Amino acid sequence: MALPLTYNWRNLLARKTTTLMTALGIALTVAVLLATAALVDGLKTSLTSTAHPLNVLVMRKGSTAELNSNRSPEDYQIIKVKRGIAKGPNGEPLASLELVTVVILEGDLGAINITARGITPQGWLLREGVKIVEGRQFQPGRREIVVGKSIASRYPAARLGGTIDFGRGPWQVVGVMDAGRSAANSELFCDLNQLAADQNRATALSSVLVRAIDEVAMQALTNDLTADTRLNADAPSESSYYASQTQSAAPLQFIGTFVALIMAIGSCFAAMNTMYAAVARRAAEIGTLRVLGFSKGGILLSFLLESLLLSFVGGILGCLLVLPLNNLQTGIGNFVTFSEITFDFRVTPELMLTGLAFALFMGAVGGLFPAATAARKEILTALKQT
Amino acid sequence: MSNVVIETRQLTKEFVRGESKVVALKDANITIEKGEFVALMGPSGSGKSTLLHLIAAMDRATGGEIRVLGEDLRKLSDGDIARWRNAHVGFVFQSFNLIPVLSAWENVELPLKLTKLGKAARLDHAKKALELVGLGDRLDHTPRQLSGGQEQRVAIARAIVTDPDLILADEPTGNLDANSARDALDLLGRLNREFGKTIVMVTHDPHAAKSASKVRYLEKGELLPIGQKPEDW
Ligand SMILES: Nc1ncnc2c1ncn2[C@@H]1O[C@H](COP(=O)(O)OP(=O)(O)OP(=O)(O)O)[C@@H](O)[C@H]1O
Ligand SMILES: [Mg+2]
Repeated sequence: MALPLTYNWRNLLARKTTTLMTALGIALTVAVLLATAALVDGLKTSLTSTAHPLNVLVMRKGSTAELNSNRSPEDYQIIKVKRGIAKGPNGEPLASLELVTVVILEGDLGAINITARGITPQGWLLREGVKIVEGRQFQPGRREIVVGKSIASRYPAARLGGTIDFGRGPWQVVGVMDAGRSAANSELFCDLNQLAADQNRATALSSVLVRAIDEVAMQALTNDLTADTRLNADAPSESSYYASQTQSAAPLQFIGTFVALIMAIGSCFAAMNTMYAAVARRAAEIGTLRVLGFSKGGILLSFLLESLLLSFVGGILGCLLVLPLNNLQTGIGNFVTFSEITFDFRVTPELMLTGLAFALFMGAVGGLFPAATAARKEILTALKQT
Repeated sequence: MSNVVIETRQLTKEFVRGESKVVALKDANITIEKGEFVALMGPSGSGKSTLLHLIAAMDRATGGEIRVLGEDLRKLSDGDIARWRNAHVGFVFQSFNLIPVLSAWENVELPLKLTKLGKAARLDHAKKALELVGLGDRLDHTPRQLSGGQEQRVAIARAIVTDPDLILADEPTGNLDANSARDALDLLGRLNREFGKTIVMVTHDPHAAKSASKVRYLEKGELLPIGQKPEDW
């Protein structure tokens, strides 16, 4: 058995101010790291939960996003009769020709870019996760739109019954949709032909979304689509397409992680400084413990544990600091599509455990050298230092 | 097993400080038997503490032989020494050296943390040791809440809680007032007489030395022959 942890705990309490300052430094570091991770996690969750596992997105070869893809109605005729595509309740293949474009929405906070998506009725069937929570679906042939709930809540003009202006004139908001955590919350849905006419893109549409019958058919379908020379197509699964869109979080993730890293180095030194001071102040005590029979290893372990305990307190504080961020909604420009995407911070238990582990890591790094110094002291030299 | 607890032959300790060399202890031969209470006396710097530290294996000799409780201390590793000291030697310091953040009974319990004893047994042993030194009613007091005399009695309780064969004390009364000093010496005397503990105590105080059964003098690093005192002592 080694020195009791209460011994370390009481020593930390005995120098409250130093302990608190050091722990706070660690807490802030953990908070920055966790806030960044929570943001990235929220964005990823939003994007990845958008996809249906059996959906395949047919775009022009080389397109990084639907926005810069190009598909014609002729392509659509070829694609929708491919083998392996599931049929809807009406017997029609589940294939939706869509136009994706960016429109500018004026709000109190200035103008923002929003993704507008023109879809066919089949488009609704391919997105079971999207529910109309207010109003109704748009009617084909009319300048009507359904807005994602995040947009509706952030922009007064985009509420049910409102009108918003883009393209050749006003559009009426006839419905609000809830798409769970998915990216459709940040989009506008409207009739494909209306949007195409509005944007002068009757033959230059964006993509075709299709639903495979099952996983085996999905593989064959993908091969078939990419091999068809008439189409010149890329056909990623919808999941992998949205996963690649999470790149938009990369710069933020980089900056956040970088700042956290710099802070972590500072926190390590702060912990080291605190522990060196503790070792110096308790030199005679270390000598006494050795005389009582505690080994060098026991001393090392005790001071290391004290540093870990200190950083653990910091880690807990850091988690408490970011907890209020959980489910807080925010928007971020999607750097791939240049349009706004709204999502929630996600402070998950796993994330907090990571934060604690990171704090403990800082404590271990900061505590190791002071603990080694404590362990290396000669008994008599230590006893003489008062 | 022989009755010899401590035996040294030509025991020598030199400290090298840069160019100069200090011989703190030179060719000391001493034999101490079980149940003896030996006082070490002599002028300041004569090597009393040095000898005591070598007996406690808190430092290593630079020459000669030393056997304590049957162990050749020169042959033990640092880890062995730590375990050996925990099990067999109790040490009492001049300045008590209690752990300030721990209560009296936690201080006394500390050496037992290194044994196989369970929590209840540790508490029981610590309590008994504190009762023995007359502090059974001060279990939860921290060192700061105790007088110097009480602190030293807690330290003595800590030194005896593992039931060691040998108790070493370096000027245990040096920081105490006359009454507290007498209490501490009475306690050491009782431990020697009633519990048969072998005790080696360094002291400056001739009065304190009277508690001992034998007095040995040191002068300039040399252990004087039995019965001999330093000049002008
Ligand atoms: N670490 C050390 N380095 C160098 N010299 C030392 C060291 N420790 C002790 N000495 C020297 O060894 C000699 C004996 O010291 P020691 O502490 O044994 O004396 P002492 O008899 O206990 O004296 P006091 O009564 O003052 O405590 C002294 O001259 C001292 O200066
Ligand atoms: Mg001395």
